[in-house]
Amino acid sequence: MAKRVAIVGTGQTYHQSHRLDVNGREMINEAVTRALADCELTIGDIDAIVIGNMDHFESINYVDTWSVEGSGGIMRPIMKVTTGGTTGTSVAMSAFYHVASGLFDRVLAIGWEKNSESDTSAAIITCSDPIWDRFSYSGAIPSLATEASAYMEQYGVTQEDAARVAVRDRTHALNNPYAQMYNRPISIEDVMESSMLAYPIKLLDVCPRTDGACAVVFASEGVAEKITPQPAWIKSCAVRHTTTWFGDVDYDTGMLSLQRASREAFDKAGIKNPAEDFDVAELYLPYSYAGLKWIEAMGFCGPGEGPKFIWDGNTDMGGKIPMNPSGGVISTNCIGATALLRVAEAAIQIMGKGDKRQVPDVKTALATGFGGCWWSDVVVLGQDKPE
Amino acid sequence: MEKIAIVGVGQTRYEKRKKGEIFYDMVYEVTTKAMEDAGYTLDDIDSVITISNDFWDGRTISCMAVQEAAGAHDKNVSTVEGDGTFGAFYGAMRVLAGCKTTLVVAHSKGSEGDSKIITNGMFDPVYHRSLGLDAISSSALQANAYMEKYGITEEQCAMVSVKNHGNAGNNPYAQLPLDITVQDVMQSRKIADPLKLLDCSPISDGAAAIIIANGENAEKAKTEPVWVKGVAHCSDAYFLGDRDLADPRSLKDAARRAYAMAGITDPLKEIDVVELYDAFSYMEPLWLEGLGFCDPGKGGKMTEDGVTAMNGSLPVNPSGGVLSAHPVLVAGLARIIEAVLQLRGDAGSHQIDGAKTALAHGINGPCGQSHCVWVLGRD
Repeated sequence: MAKRVAIVGTGQTYHQSHRLDVNGREMINEAVTRALADCELTIGDIDAIVIGNMDHFESINYVDTWSVEGSGGIMRPIMKVTTGGTTGTSVAMSAFYHVASGLFDRVLAIGWEKNSESDTSAAIITCSDPIWDRFSYSGAIPSLATEASAYMEQYGVTQEDAARVAVRDRTHALNNPYAQMYNRPISIEDVMESSMLAYPIKLLDVCPRTDGACAVVFASEGVAEKITPQPAWIKSCAVRHTTTWFGDVDYDTGMLSLQRASREAFDKAGIKNPAEDFDVAELYLPYSYAGLKWIEAMGFCGPGEGPKFIWDGNTDMGGKIPMNPSGGVISTNCIGATALLRVAEAAIQIMGKGDKRQVPDVKTALATGFGGCWWSDVVVLGQDKPE
Repeated sequence: MEKIAIVGVGQTRYEKRKKGEIFYDMVYEVTTKAMEDAGYTLDDIDSVITISNDFWDGRTISCMAVQEAAGAHDKNVSTVEGDGTFGAFYGAMRVLAGCKTTLVVAHSKGSEGDSKIITNGMFDPVYHRSLGLDAISSSALQANAYMEKYGITEEQCAMVSVKNHGNAGNNPYAQLPLDITVQDVMQSRKIADPLKLLDCSPISDGAAAIIIANGENAEKAKTEPVWVKGVAHCSDAYFLGDRDLADPRSLKDAARRAYAMAGITDPLKEIDVVELYDAFSYMEPLWLEGLGFCDPGKGGKMTEDGVTAMNGSLPVNPSGGVLSAHPVLVAGLARIIEAVLQLRGDAGSHQIDGAKTALAHGINGPCGQSHCVWVLGRD
């Protein structure tokens, strides 16, 4: 029978734009060592490892076998899972299934990226179909700009509305010493004056590229409770990698994949009203406009109500549903680790280990991943064991 | 382990170059075939694992190219980057964890890339890449280490090539059915000492898919279910100099755990047919040793004595193996499929009569650093 699964430990590197002091394996090892220390385990306790990143960002092929000296995979089962931006949540879910299958009791999930070692845009352009999509939707920004323009047109949303989201995340990053943008607060004016990348997206509306790694230890029911007094239980997870071509995405109806993935995950976890039922959310928001529109897709507010919901302070620390206490993706974006960081940060909130970024009394937390061709992953975590 | 079964399989023909089909077309072909084989529709599939590699595909997020073709629209899907046996392992875990069924599909087009550059990319960029190490040259080092340690001869390795290319003549999906002699192999062009052209697998285009189901859903399939008895994987160290290349210890560990799950104590007696990852001829005897079918150093003799031939007591690679078709990533899934066909009695003219238990095997990384072992059974 399927087993219940919990997160028992997390670890992450201090994130920077360039980690010249370590190579990839050493950086991975930093995160792994911290995760094991967090749950007071050694690598000898780990039954299997899942690792993920994007091949072309470091130009290393077969990262599972290359990484073993950093990941601890020597004479252990290790596999690589990679799905673009969603890699981190894909890795987390693979670790979840490892444990839920009953075959492994303690599984280490690792996401990492050393973006300084490549030209990120040049690498990401090749995700688009070479014939149909590559000349129009090349790389990360064009399809986001399309969505943002359509959303502004549809609901009269302004660039200032989006800037408010960027300011929120960068303000929250003041509390997270691990964040790349730690202690670098910005104002709405700063966002508005930053250079235009692709209308309406400006430099401070988007995520940076980061060197960093994250590791998370998953354990089975019966084992997890012995490792830590408060495991973060996985209540549900769901994935929708709905489209293949950027030209097929309906930018007016928007985040179909997120609507569907959240509906499945919320139903399984018994979430009826996300704004009430969640205590904190760590969302993969690669750019500011997502912080308005995508929270509508998940039902935190109605269509077109994103800006008001944000301006009212609901998603700030101390608000009704604090979003991205860590500073989010706009403050740190080591791509293969980015979505795993969302899961780790949500688990940290459940376990009460958030220090200055801790939201009080978190019982239920949400983590999401975004990537590929408008794909979404959703993970619901809780203090109590799932039914 | 809870009962799970492989209920549907599909393969393309493996070819040197599939000029008429893109990844999407190949994946659609095998996904459709696997569902037809099982008698399933898309509604019967609730989870999908695709298998691809950004280097081999020349695309970042290589899985993006095949999501809909894999039937993954509006389903829980993920992607394993590695050999098909590893992707299938994730599929099996999903079914054990409560999914009804998981469709696992792999694709690869070796014809569209440069295998030397792509496999050079698995070596350390600072210390080893500039030496020119790639899949072939590193395997040549392993072949030498193996031959040196145990006195395995080039002729014994050549016999593997003769046997497997001969077997491929009975497999309509194989790329290289060849009627050759040991002398032909010995006289073929030297690629990297001691490997000669006919010791090496070709580069292939192709795709393959399987469907794994839980006990309840296996009964709904129109095929006779092939049960997963045991499965395990394990990785050795990375730097070639840190490893004894003639001692596949990670394979031994994976085999030990897979056998324990399957209740196998004497593999040579209890397993009827083997499909393993013979990317180079020397790998077959070396992996047979790692799998515990004979003592270390005795793999060459096993081939010489005809034990592994179609009419031997342990037929190995009746399909022709990876030597006869090597679509990277797909090749391990093809081994599982061939094991399934043997157990169902559907292997046509390369059928091993009365096969009840079969072993399938795949590798990841240089010189078989990481291994995945599957034990499948009819009962």
